[in-house]
Formats: sequence, structure tokens, C-alpha cells
Amino acid sequence: MQKIGVFVCWCGSNIAATVDVSAVSEALSHEPGVVYATNYQYMCSEAGQNTIKDAIKKYGLTGIVICSCSPRMHEATFRKTAAAAGLNPYMVEIANIREQCSWIHKDMATATEKAIILGKAAIAKVHLNAPLTASQSPVVKRALVIGGGIAGIQTALDIADAGFEVDIVEKSPTIGGKMSQLDKTFPTLDCAACILTPKMVDVAQHEKIKIYSYSEVEAVKGFVGNFEVTIRKKARYVNENVCTGCGLCTEKCPQKNVPNEFNLGMDKRRAIYIPFAQAVPKVATIDANYCMKLKTGKCGLCEKICTAGAIDYSQKDQLIEQKYGAIVVATGFNPIKLDNFEEYSYSQSPDVVTSLEFERITNAAGPTSGQLLRPSDGKHPHTIVFVQCVGSRDTSGCGKPYCSKICCMYTAKHAMLTREKYPDTDVYVFYIDVRTPGKNFDEFYRRAAEEYGVHYIKGMVGKVAPKADGKLMVQASDLISNEQLHIDADMVVLATAIEPDKSARPLATMLTASMDTNDFFTEAHPKLRPVESPTAGIFLSGTCQGPKDIPETVSQAGAAAAKVIGLLAKDTLTANPCVAHSDEMMCNGCSSCEKVCPYGAITYVDKEFRMPDRTVAIRRVAVVNEAVCQGCGACTVACPSGAMDLKGFSNSQIMAEVDAICK
Amino acid sequence: MQVNEIKEFRPKIVAFCCNWCSYAGADLAGTNRLNYPSDVKIIRVPCSCRVNPMFILRAFQRGADGVIICGCHPGDCHYTSGNYYARRRMTLLFSMLDYLGIEKERTRVEWVSAAEGAKFAATMNDFVETITKLGENKRLEDLRCKE
Amino acid sequence: MQRIMAEKAKELLQNGTVNRVLGWKKGEFVYDITPAVFNNTEEIDAEFVYDDFCANNLSKYLIKESRKEGKVLVFLKPCDTYSFNQLLKEHRIWRDHVYAVGIPCDGKIDLDCLKKQDIQGIVGIETQNDNFIIHTLYGDHTIAKEDALAERCLNCKSKKHVIYDELIGRDGEVLDSHRFDMVEKIEAMTPDERFAFWRGEFSRCIRCNACRNVCPACSCENCVFDNPKSGIANKAAADSFEENMFHIIRAFHVAGRCTDCGECSRVCPQNIPLHLLNRKFIKDINEFYGTYQAGEDTESRAPLNIYNTEDVEPSIVYKKGGNH
Repeated sequence: MQKIGVFVCWCGSNIAATVDVSAVSEALSHEPGVVYATNYQYMCSEAGQNTIKDAIKKYGLTGIVICSCSPRMHEATFRKTAAAAGLNPYMVEIANIREQCSWIHKDMATATEKAIILGKAAIAKVHLNAPLTASQSPVVKRALVIGGGIAGIQTALDIADAGFEVDIVEKSPTIGGKMSQLDKTFPTLDCAACILTPKMVDVAQHEKIKIYSYSEVEAVKGFVGNFEVTIRKKARYVNENVCTGCGLCTEKCPQKNVPNEFNLGMDKRRAIYIPFAQAVPKVATIDANYCMKLKTGKCGLCEKICTAGAIDYSQKDQLIEQKYGAIVVATGFNPIKLDNFEEYSYSQSPDVVTSLEFERITNAAGPTSGQLLRPSDGKHPHTIVFVQCVGSRDTSGCGKPYCSKICCMYTAKHAMLTREKYPDTDVYVFYIDVRTPGKNFDEFYRRAAEEYGVHYIKGMVGKVAPKADGKLMVQASDLISNEQLHIDADMVVLATAIEPDKSARPLATMLTASMDTNDFFTEAHPKLRPVESPTAGIFLSGTCQGPKDIPETVSQAGAAAAKVIGLLAKDTLTANPCVAHSDEMMCNGCSSCEKVCPYGAITYVDKEFRMPDRTVAIRRVAVVNEAVCQGCGACTVACPSGAMDLKGFSNSQIMAEVDAICK
Repeated sequence: MQVNEIKEFRPKIVAFCCNWCSYAGADLAGTNRLNYPSDVKIIRVPCSCRVNPMFILRAFQRGADGVIICGCHPGDCHYTSGNYYARRRMTLLFSMLDYLGIEKERTRVEWVSAAEGAKFAATMNDFVETITKLGENKRLEDLRCKE
Repeated sequence: MQRIMAEKAKELLQNGTVNRVLGWKKGEFVYDITPAVFNNTEEIDAEFVYDDFCANNLSKYLIKESRKEGKVLVFLKPCDTYSFNQLLKEHRIWRDHVYAVGIPCDGKIDLDCLKKQDIQGIVGIETQNDNFIIHTLYGDHTIAKEDALAERCLNCKSKKHVIYDELIGRDGEVLDSHRFDMVEKIEAMTPDERFAFWRGEFSRCIRCNACRNVCPACSCENCVFDNPKSGIANKAAADSFEENMFHIIRAFHVAGRCTDCGECSRVCPQNIPLHLLNRKFIKDINEFYGTYQAGEDTESRAPLNIYNTEDVEPSIVYKKGGNH
């Protein structure tokens, strides 16, 4: 039996004016287990707190009930008070007789009656309270950033600048991501490489940052502060530490016919290659799918000419185990495949290109050295049609239901740059809406439309058909003048929707981080915790969380870094002790709780049990990781056997409150 | 023989409120001195997904006339998904109670945010009115628990 | 069929694939069938039976049987395979300790139907086209199948085996059944009528726990009704509330997990149509969250363990629920 003390607060006149506080403390003093009951003007004041502390010591109280303001206001205060007097802070319950009683009722009799019932409910609960101890776990002071695009780069730099070790895992041979493929960036039109490559160099030279390029995350175990990650370093058949990046091999390799993914397959590279001139790390990689030496055993030319002796055909994938305190996901995006959009003839005509391909065509390092030339015949196009929302805002199921956010702006950029460099080109942009929220964005779009004479037409393109003369017949509707248009175009550029990288879904499973139906990572809170995953210790940076442009990505990357720094700055983490707990004797091991846990806090172990008949049975039982559990209680209801319960809000505690209220 | 006085019917109402939104909304109703009947007694739970159908039946057994569950608006759950699970569970439970012929108006789910003190008070006023009209819970009661 | 199955069982016992067989054997009377484990071919020869009385769903027995040494052979009718799959999904059965043989089923007899027609002293049964010929001590009775089959068989949801290692005979199809007709009829009643209907049913409940004990979904290590800490533990129901509560909680606990095998109603000694509670949940789940058949696969998330941000609100019950 608990020895309970009840402390009724007047809150000046806030409570005492409507609730007869002495009647409340008198009534509650007769409740079972109550050994002391009193009332005082301000329980939260120092004198009030001393009253509580003295009573705890004098009467040997094992639990206390404070009838006062909302627990959201002073629960923490009174818990500290209890702790200071040697009572476990979780043996404190608050009856909210201010916000939920004295302030909403005018009649003293009713308010007093209700206050007594609320007090009884709190007493009933505290009878079943058990002392709880917050668990502590140490923090590994190293962060992992998955993805080496601008988001990952910025996050890594910010964390490293704060003095913490950071590893970047990038699946391609170089960091840089999509931004390295862009030509100019809106709305200032500075060249993407000029602002990105210095950052890439900063990463390479930073003493706190280690890059695992051409590597992928293979497995993740552990929890916030203590993740154990296995990284697969794929064989690149070149010794990274020896290769000088001279590039001689990439010129001499006889296998010349490999589609160059950096230029989206619009030109060729060799089987041994460095993706682009400013690659970081600047190290060659052998493409095992094309290398003749690896496929047939014949050739070996690169090995012969490499003066550094970096080529190693016998290299194998390497598995690296590393511990991290925090993980940042920055897996980025890809344009969607256009298989569902045959009406644009993307697969039929090389002159129908995606915006990212157009970006490469206009880039000085691209397949045409920056000359705007038609892919089919290398001639200068005179009429270009840009189509917006290809696969975005599409509820038909062919594309994506969301807005890809960046297309309006980059299309305005493409149109403007085309008109600036080639004023003899007619440029049409077909749009559903032009969406330009952002600093200097609308001004930018208006400049394209007004100063550069880009023809913006509200309407959708219905069909693009290659004609015999090599032109593209574009059939479209102009919704404002309500007429059908036929344009003979030399090129058509599709503002293709973007989607999360395919690696995101399996990664989310490994991290037990949740995703929405579009495979974007979900935030811990959409407004207030936008860079954290609901899974503690997992942070989100860049487009893996939703479409965004470079300035937004960089600010989010910085925000994610700040959250990581805040975590890594701690030596230990104190967990909320009001967490779920499974009674293994009752657990069926059915996985229901695991399915509803938003934090991936529940795992299963096969455990031996000695049965009453002296046999030993192996049963699958749930184990809650208390460092990860946030105490929502979803599992407690999902559990069919009632094995799962929540400390601090247990089934029996809540039912005791129900009973007290309904009595 | 005792002659029973005809008393005005005062319903017993249990309100389960999630700690992050609805309990805070109830606090705000208090801060703004928005009145609602004292028949409503609030039980604080971390999240609407903590509410087990057993608790609701227990309340009815012990003499409650109405049970209301309040949580964060869908999409705003502190734990991201708790109210979505609660929504499914309660939809199915309420439908089952209705199927058994138990007045469906005795149970309710409302989404009340921490900023919606006025909505909290209005919801409680409305719920108490509904239950008062319905009268005493007869169909799902445990006579031994009545005075 | 019994002969083919017995041969199969003996073959698998002899070649060492399995070391015991889970099947059916006759009790005191031919219609008094009981699930049984056979350890050798002699036992099979002596007692193994499969006929139109073998209604028991054997899946639940595998929870215990599959934890023993060696493999157990189990015969599963189409509807039993759903229960088997559901238990696999919940990690209750050790799959590699089970050799599942799918067997065809044309529906099983409901003994109450025979009793109603005053057929007594049953000593054997034969099938002839759409009829059963029931041999009794007092002569033969010919009875149309639809008059003798259990309700769950007349409204059979599937003749397809969703999981097996081996199949005897040909596999069937998922059927369009009318199993929700009665639920719809109850939904169309007024609340007062519904309350009266269910009071009439539940008031007969003697809390024998047969429904729970036979239910493959009710296979908790420790049932909440037996757990004094759960706050709802009770034995005999003390009043109408406890009668109601037991059935509401039991139905809710299996909601989204019940495969609608109908064993609960089959074993109820008071003939309470318990399947109508489960089917109400199944029907609601189908309508609110999209068609879902528990046990159809082992991967999909149970409807109560998943959500959609666009799900209906609980207030749909006020609009949609039965008439007033």
C-alpha cells in the first residue's frame, strides 16, 4: 500500500475562488492510502515546495498527488521537488483543477465536487505508479551522411566545422550529385560548377570528413547515439590511395562505347573513367560491365600505362563496419522514367529531351561543348517547345500526384538562356500554372516572359509526333484563347517530374525510418521538426524529404547539421522512462506491435522458456528498445494478448482513473 | 420504503485526451475561461492511439454515459501516426457497438489541436447535450457498479 | 479421398519426410470427429478418417505441434489454409516443421441440420450427386446437400488453397459468396431490433470459452480473459454487460486477423452466430479500407496495423450505421 500525500493548491484565487480547497483536501484525506492532505496558497512557490518536501520526509510518502494547474505547466517542477526529497519523480501525479475545473466552472459546489473526483482519479492512479528511472546511453561522436550531393555535402561540412567526425557514403564514384550536372542555377544564373566544386574540394580536404565513394550502406543496427553501420565499398579495380587522377587510362582504354551517365547517355565514355573533370575523389573507376580485361581476361592496357601502378583487377567489394551517433539521409532524387508518357515521343525522337538532358546540352562540359544543337543532326534548333508538369501533379496514376517544385523555375531559366544566346530561336513554354514562390523567383520568371520574349502559353501539350522532314509536330491547346495549336518544333524539352532515388526505400527499411506513399521520407513533425525523421537519430537533408531547389536544400542541410551537432554535443542521452514494455510471458511474438511502432523500437528475439512441465520451449518475444521508444502507446493496443504495456500510462493505471471518475 | 427523488439527469462523461494536442486544447479552454459542463472528466493519455477499446467498455461498465476520445488532427500527431491508428480502431469499434444496437452517439472521436480551446469547449458542450438527451446508459452497463 | 490421404500419410511417414500426421479420427460415433495426431502407419490404418463430418480446422494445433521435433504432416482444407497462412504471418507456426497437404472440400455437414430433420442413430454417410445418403440404425435418409451443409460451407468464400507443400486433387477458385447477406440484414434493423437480436443471442452465452479455444486467431500465450491483470478477466459472465463485453472484445481482438473460418459458430453449444460479429468487422474493413482477406498472404499488413492518411473518420458510423 502506498503512503500518499495530497497537496491542494489555491493558486492564489485562481483555484480557491471557485473550488473549496479545504473541502477538497478534507475529502481526499479519507481516500485509501492517503496519509497526509493539505492545501496551500501557492504550491509551486518555494514555501509550497518545501511543504511537499517536508511531508515526504515526515510521513515517508511513497506517492504524491498535487491538485493544481495543468501538468503541462508544473509537472516538471513537482517532479524535481519530489526528487529533491528523495522520492522517485515518477511517483507524482497532478490533478488538473485549474484549467480543467476552476477556470471553466462558475458554481463552487459543482467545481468542488469535480475537483474531488479529479483528485480521487489521481490518487487511484498513483496507487499503481511504480518508480521509473530514465535510462542513459552514450553517444558515439561521429555522424554518417548518406548521399554526397549538395545536401549531403553541406550537412557534412557544417557538422565537421563544428568539430565532429563525419563520413559521407556516396554510391557513385564521385560526390557532387545532381547539382554537378547542372549548367546555371536560378535565379542568379551563376554556374553550378563554380559554386559547387569549391565545396567538393572543401569536403575532400576537411580533416574531419571521410568520403566513401562508390559505396553503399549495407546494413544498419542500433539506435540513436549508437548506430552500427555496415558500408559496402564496391570494387572499383583502382587503388584509390595510389591513383593520381591523371586520366591517361581514361584516354587510352580501347573500350570506347560505354554510355556516359554523367551526360545522361548522350555521349560515350571509356570502360575506365573519371565521371567529370572536377570529380572528388579524382580517382578512376573501372566499369566491370564493359571492361574487357574483367569480362574476358584479355586487354590489361590500363594496367600497362598506369605509371602509378594503381590498377588492381583483383579488387573485391569491401565491407566496413563503423559506429555512428547520428545518420543523415541525403539520397536525393532522379527524374522519373517517361515510359508512361508515350504521347511526347521521348523514346522515338532524340530531339525530345528531358530538362536534365537539356541542361547537359547547354553545359560547356556537356556532349555538345555547350553549343545548343539538336541531338539528331547537330543543327541549331530554331523553335523549341518546353512542356511543363510532365508527370507532376498527375492524378491519373501515370505520373506523380505532387508538384515537383523546381520545374517552373528551371524552365524559365532554360527559356531565358536560350533566348539570350540564340535570339533567333522561338521559345514556347506550355504550363498548367507557373509557380514561382521564392526570393526573386517571380521577377525572374517575368523577365523571361516579358524581357526575353518567351511565349508562355497556358495549356497542355497533347501530342508530339516526329515528322518526315525531321521536325516535331507539337499539338497543344491554348486554354486562354481556347484554340488548338500546331507548332513545328526542332526540339521539345520535357520538364520531367522528380522522384526520390530508388535506393531510398530499402534504406528506409534498414533505418526503420518512415516514408510516405511517394517514397519521400516523413518528418518527425511536418511543421516543427522538418529535418528529423520520427526515428530518433535519423535526420533528413535535401530532396529525400520532398522536392526542393538548391537554396532550400542548402538551408535544410544546415538545419539537419544543427540537429546532428545538438545530438553529438551530448555525452549521454537521457531517455523518457515512460516507455513501452512487453511482458515476455504473455507475448505471442506476432509482430503486431512492431508493425505500428513509428520508431522501429521493437525487435524480436527467440528465447528459451522453462515450461511448467519442465520442458524448454523456444518462443519469439518482443523486446522494446527503451532508448528509441517515445512512449506513444500504439503498440499497447495493437497487442492482442495485452503483453505490451506503457510505463506511466499502464492499462491498470488508466482503468483505475476510469473507475474513479465513473464511481 | 424509500421514495426516490426525481433528480435531474447528470451524465457521466469520460474524455480521453492526448497529451500534446487535445489536453493542451482543454487547458486553453480553461485559460480562456470557456465554460463546459463539469460532467466531463478528462483522462490524460500520451496519444489517442493509447486508448484501448477495453478502456471505453470499462467506462461504460462503471457507469459512464458517454466516452469521447480527442486527439491531434490527422497529420499533426506528435508521434506522426498514432491518431491514424486510433481512427481505424475507433471507427471499427463504434461501428460494432452500433451493430449491437448500442446508441452510436455515446461514443465520439474529435480532433482538437492545442490552439483550439474554443473547439474543445464547444465539442464538450455539444457532446454533453447529446448524451443528456439520450439519457442514462442502459444498454452497456454493469448493474453492480451502479449505486 | 480418405484412402488416398491415408496412403499419402503412410508414404510420407515411411520415407521419413514427416514423423507424425495431424488429421481426424472418429470418436464414439461416426459423426463425432476429433482432431488427432498419428505417429505410425498402424495408427493411420486403424483410425484415420476423412469424410463429410471432418469439419475441424487443424491449423491451430500446429502452434504446438510445429514446435516439436521433426516434421508434422497436416491436411488442410481450402479455408484452413487461410488460417495456416495467418498464423505463419504472425510467426506462430514454425513453417519448416510442417508439411502441408492441401485437400479438397465440398462442404461439411452441420449436425444440427440433421438433428432438425430428426435424423438419428447415424452410422455412415455417402455422397450422391447433390445429395447425402445418411445411413442410420433406422434405415437410410436422402437429404439435399444444401439442407445438410453448414452455413459457412453454403457461403464458402474460397475453394483455393493459399498455401501448401503438396496438393491432392485440383485447386479451386476464390468464390463470390453471399456471406455478408445476414450482416446486411442486421444492419438494416433499427437499433432497438439489433439490440434485442443480440441480447437474445448473447444472453444464451454460458461462457464455456469454446469459441475462444477453437479460434485460430485466439491463440494468445495468455488470453486477456484469463489474465487477472487485464482488468477484464472473468469466468462465467455475471450480467448482460459481461456477456456483451466478452464478445465485443473477442471480436475486436481478432478483427483484421480473422479469416472467417467459422469455427467459433460451429463449436458454440448455444448456437450463437458468432461469425456474424467477425463478418461485421470484415465487411467494415472491406468497405472502409479496401478489400482485405486475412490469411490470403503472409506479407500484407493487417488493416488495424496500417493506415491511410485519407481514411474515413469514425463519424462515418453516425451517417452510415444502421437505421434509427
